[in-house]
Parts: sequence; structure tokens; C-alpha cells
Amino acid sequence: MAETTGNGKVVRIEVLRYRPEQDEEPFLQGYDVPFTDDMSVLQGLQYIKDWLDGTLSFRWSCRMAICGSCGMMIDGEPRLACKTFLRDFPAGTVRVEALAHFPIERDLVIRMDDFLAKLERIKPYIIPKEARTLAQGEYLQTPAELDVYEQFSSCINCLLCYAACPQYGLNPEFVGPGIMALLHRYNADSRDGAAAERMEIAGSEAGVFNCTAVGYCSEVCPKHVDPANAVNQNKTRAAGDYFLRFITPKGGAR
Amino acid sequence: MKSITRRSNAPVFWGLFGAGGMLAALFGPVLVFITGIAVPLGIILPADAMSWPRMQAFAQHWAGKGLLFLVVALFMWHAMHRILHSLHDLGVRAGTAMQFACYGVALLVTILATWALMALGF
Ligand code: SF4
Ligand code: FES
Repeated sequence: MAETTGNGKVVRIEVLRYRPEQDEEPFLQGYDVPFTDDMSVLQGLQYIKDWLDGTLSFRWSCRMAICGSCGMMIDGEPRLACKTFLRDFPAGTVRVEALAHFPIERDLVIRMDDFLAKLERIKPYIIPKEARTLAQGEYLQTPAELDVYEQFSSCINCLLCYAACPQYGLNPEFVGPGIMALLHRYNADSRDGAAAERMEIAGSEAGVFNCTAVGYCSEVCPKHVDPANAVNQNKTRAAGDYFLRFITPKGGAR
Repeated sequence: MKSITRRSNAPVFWGLFGAGGMLAALFGPVLVFITGIAVPLGIILPADAMSWPRMQAFAQHWAGKGLLFLVVALFMWHAMHRILHSLHDLGVRAGTAMQFACYGVALLVTILATWALMALGF
């Protein structure tokens, strides 16, 4: 994109800056950015980096709401910068900050170590119920069996739901909405056989009972995953596991 | 992250909270109407609908006793769970001490209700 003045419109983008080696604490820096109606907030940031201030750091890759890299707080709401358009801020200013509830690595880049550590723990892959040899062919699934989990498999790990969740903000040990959606995605898969193991996490002190049914996570999810629904379904299931272990011989977690 | 490996005891309290919430939704508004509006103002229901002898007879019948017990105890478990989590949202961490305090009140009221209902006899 060349340095165009577009149709003469200019938006002021206020960006939360933080460069740990030189800034004591994060501060807002404003840039005047010429834009056209088809420009996203991400393109606005790219304009700043290319033409106004090369020191600005932010993550992006696909610019089409698929990779989940560009999550940030836009006017206080967790949103994908590539899916939010500059034309939708008629007041002429927009504030862009790093995703809430995460430590800032630099400018708009957050540290997602906590999320990745939790993601690993839920074993986010199918652990086959029964081993099949190659000769036995693939694991088949009916459309009805696919329907049960398909929605939850659309998660792109963008972390918007974590920035939206007040309970994650208060207690970062909570596994959180996105992880629960993924946990549910595998547990609800007819080919998978590791649900009991994953339910130990859902029913743990870091699990589903940290949720107070706020529901904002599902509102901000750009992929319509409905993580709140995954959390709620697993509250019932975790409670069932809790009481059933007294009457069934093999219990789950200790 | 130890908490991810420890089984949560929340289902016990969550269960009581859920049961109390269901009961509150079903009976709460009508109870407020009967005890707070209809009877004191004498509309729809006669003014003596909640007179001492009637209420005593109600509380002495096993079904009345059971209903009173459930309404008092489960409403209380529901309310204290709500208060615990609302305080948590306001920055009072729902740690062990707060859990003891809140659920302790619910337990105390449950015991008092049991005692009072038993003391009224059959
Ligand atoms: S559930 Fe939705 S908001 Fe949460 S990480 Fe996945 S895609 Fe993003
Ligand atoms: S750049 Fe990939 S989701 Fe926005």
C-alpha cells in the first residue's frame, strides 16, 4: 500500500505503547492515519509501522480472521484488528491496546505462555477409543456425530474470550473459556476415548466452577464457538462425575 | 499451577446453589406476594390467612415442615453462594476463609431451621 491520502479521511489511532527496555510503564501514543472505508484497524496499524513509526510492534498474519494473531482491545473491547474497520469509528478516534488480562511483551504483543501451557495439558488431539490397524481403514463418523463438536472445533486460539472473561482476570489459574471449548471439542468427538482424563482438568479447582456464567466470552468470539456453552455443559458433567465416583468403582481425579 | 490437579469440591455447593435457585425462581415471587403484599393488605387472601394457629398447623404437618425446611435452607445456600461470588467479583477473593464464612452462615441457618421446625412438634 502506498502512502495515499485515500478519500481525505483521517482517523486518530491511539496505541498503547510499551517497550520494556525504555518505558517505565505503558502509555498511549496517538497517530493520525489517512484511511479509506475498506481499511481495517490492522491496516491502520500497518500504515503506522510503514510510514509513521517503525518501532511499533503487533502480531498479525492472515488478515482474514483465521490465524488468531491480531487480537487486541479496540476501544475497550476484545476484537480482531483485521475484522474491525476504521470506518466504524465515526468519532474519528480509536484506542488500541494489548489484550486485557495478559502480560505485555511489547506494545500490542502479549505473552501467551499461560494459555499454551494449559492447552498442552488438555491433550488437544484425538486419542482413539480403540486402536485400528491401517488395514481396518479410517475412523468413520456420522454427520450427527460431527454436529456434536463441530462448532467447538472452529476455535482459532485468538484469546479474545480470555480478555473478555472477568473470572480469568481475577484468577489466572482458571483454565478459561477457549481451553474449555477445545477440551469439549475432543471429549465430544465420537472417535476419542480420553474424556475421563480431560474431565479431571474440567473438574479441578482451576476448572469450570470458576465460571459465574457471565457469557461475554461467547459474545466476543469471532468464530461463534460459544465457549460459555462448553463451560456450562461441562459444569453439569463435572458435577455428575463428582457424585458418581462414590457409586462407581473407578473414580476420576483425586 | 497446582489447582489444575486438585479435584474441586464446588459441585456440592454448586448443586445446592442450583437447587435453591430453581426453588427461588418457582416460589420466590409468589412467597413475596403472599407474605409481603396479599396478606398484610388483605387483598385476594383473607387477612388471617397467616394467623398463628394456621401457620402453626402448617408447620406441624410433615409436608408443611418439609416445604418450610427446603425453602429456608436452599434459599440460604443459594444466596450465600451468590454473595460469595459477587464479593469475589468486587475484589474480595473467594478463598478458604470466605468460603467458610459464607457457607458457614448457610449451614448455621440450615441447623437453626431444622431445630425450630423440630421444636414446633408434629
Ligand atoms: S473460543 Fe473464540 S474467542 Fe476464544 S480463543 Fe477460540 S476463537 Fe478466540
Ligand atoms: S491477522 Fe489473522 S486473525 Fe487477524
